Amino acid sequence: MSATITLPARSRRPLRWSSPLTYVLALAVAGVSIAPVVYVILGGFRTTGQIAVDPAGLPHPWVWSTYANVLTQSTFWQQLSNSLLIAASTTAGVLALGVCAAFVLARYKFRGREGLYTYFTLGLLFPAAAGILPLYLMLRDLHLANTYLGVIIPQVAFQLPITIVILRPFLAAVPGELEDAAAIDGAGKLGFFWRIMLPLSKPALVTVAVLAFVASWNSFLLPLLVLQNESLQTLPLGVQNFSAEHSQDTAGILAFTSLAMMPAILFFSFAERQIVGGLQGAVKG
Amino acid sequence: MTTTESPVSLTGGATAPPARLRPGGFSRAARTRRKWYEIIGLSAPAVLVFTTFVLAPMGFAIYYSLYKWSGYGWPTEFRGLDNYFGPFGAFRDPIFIDALRNNGIIIAGSLLIQGPLALGIALLLNRRFRGRAVFRMLVFVPYVLAEVTVGIMWQLILLRGSAADSILNSLGLGHFITGWLANLDVVIWTMLFILTWKYTGFALILFLAGMSNVPDEVTEAAAIDGASWWQTQRHITIPLLGSTIRIWMFLSMIGALQVFDVIWVASTPAVRSLGASNTMATYMVDHGFNERQWGYGNAVAVILFVISFLAALIFQRFVLRRDIDGARTERVS
Repeated sequence: MSATITLPARSRRPLRWSSPLTYVLALAVAGVSIAPVVYVILGGFRTTGQIAVDPAGLPHPWVWSTYANVLTQSTFWQQLSNSLLIAASTTAGVLALGVCAAFVLARYKFRGREGLYTYFTLGLLFPAAAGILPLYLMLRDLHLANTYLGVIIPQVAFQLPITIVILRPFLAAVPGELEDAAAIDGAGKLGFFWRIMLPLSKPALVTVAVLAFVASWNSFLLPLLVLQNESLQTLPLGVQNFSAEHSQDTAGILAFTSLAMMPAILFFSFAERQIVGGLQGAVKG
Repeated sequence: MTTTESPVSLTGGATAPPARLRPGGFSRAARTRRKWYEIIGLSAPAVLVFTTFVLAPMGFAIYYSLYKWSGYGWPTEFRGLDNYFGPFGAFRDPIFIDALRNNGIIIAGSLLIQGPLALGIALLLNRRFRGRAVFRMLVFVPYVLAEVTVGIMWQLILLRGSAADSILNSLGLGHFITGWLANLDVVIWTMLFILTWKYTGFALILFLAGMSNVPDEVTEAAAIDGASWWQTQRHITIPLLGSTIRIWMFLSMIGALQVFDVIWVASTPAVRSLGASNTMATYMVDHGFNERQWGYGNAVAVILFVISFLAALIFQRFVLRRDIDGARTERVS
């Protein structure tokens, strides 16, 4: 199964220490990558006064109240749960619609199958942002503006092409013998899909689920237009609003921003393999 | 893109399941009908959602773009192509031309800076050494963060008199300091810098994945033949990475055409409205959504769509074709 998502095989050989130059370069690259993030996190432990005096300094003394204020007083938790709800529903929707369509494209032979596949891949040829204005008008006329569904359904639609492109070869690679065996045992095509195909394709499903979740979690333009109602807003909107409304409170913005980063960083450290593997799978197509 | 035939099996394959074995023994016509019910039942929801929310809006955009329209009721003030080419059309607005230029800068900058940079880092992190996994994880962090967070973060760092300036001062480079986010000649390059910081990790993930597909045997054989590390990379790894690089170029180009989030939050509306940092997408939302010029905004949407679609088709036709063919043969395994 060439579509199996694998990371580079772990070498059995013990890893060597490399030359100092390798480490110097690697440290430099890693430093540039995370220094701004560290700056933001540390900045949240300083007061705005400290930051004004020495913008690039370390916390002295460490101040915990800014983080505590954000966690207790602001809209942070509301936005976090909105983001979670929207991302989880988007993921569920993408999985349900995507795996059914990919199953049809992978395991049925019918006239127009390649045409249908090409139809879905059209979505990869232009940026989703291009249709955002008419999409907003459509959602408004369907009374989906300022609803969770108004963000969830379009996000499912945006995510379908890449999901199908990743899942189809994976489902196609499951040997036909399994399907025949299921047929002999009396399972129809749908029974085979439900009882055998779905459990077997769990790695690929996890991959597309993670990609859908991350895309929804980071999404900004669609929620910006659709969710005008503050109680529905997601974390990216919250970060923008907080920084606009508290522009004098630099420490507060830093604390809010770093708290907003945390879920993504934690999620990534657990799901790194799926994210990286998923992008790899997408490219191998 | 890929073949989907399952290997031919002794029992006749998926298309012709032995009818005798089926309980109930449906007739051939009944089975065909049932197959079509299943195909339609399983794929219709996806087709419906995709068509309604991805493709249909583009159709509406073309229609709306021919009108002057406040967004309520059906558009009635037909203006033909005035929103595109008229005296107040997009192509006559110098600010929109600035947006086109800025998108061009971002595309060129993404391809010319992120690509080589990511390739170098990928070669570095593809070496086997202790601690490599940790370095890889750290280097991917910018890519994982939401664009908005990245935009706010860099805005705070780059504001006048903020961390970036104070670091430059302490390095004795104080005379370089300028209004990173306010100097109209500089701000687009600041945006490009932020985007490079954010998206190099994406190129890196793809390149490292591509490198992991280069069989160890090949590089080991080269090493046995006396090739140095650099010669191996130059003549084996990088050429074998060709298709990954071309696919990355494609994704990067489409991404650069729709850049919105980082610029929306990191550069102020005033700077944007002067054309110093705007892109087609921010221009579209500024005029269509914020100013409620729906017809005009949709015309910009159509321009963005046409440019992206043409770029994608040309790229597919001339650059990606080999890779798609390659994917087809590769899948036989």
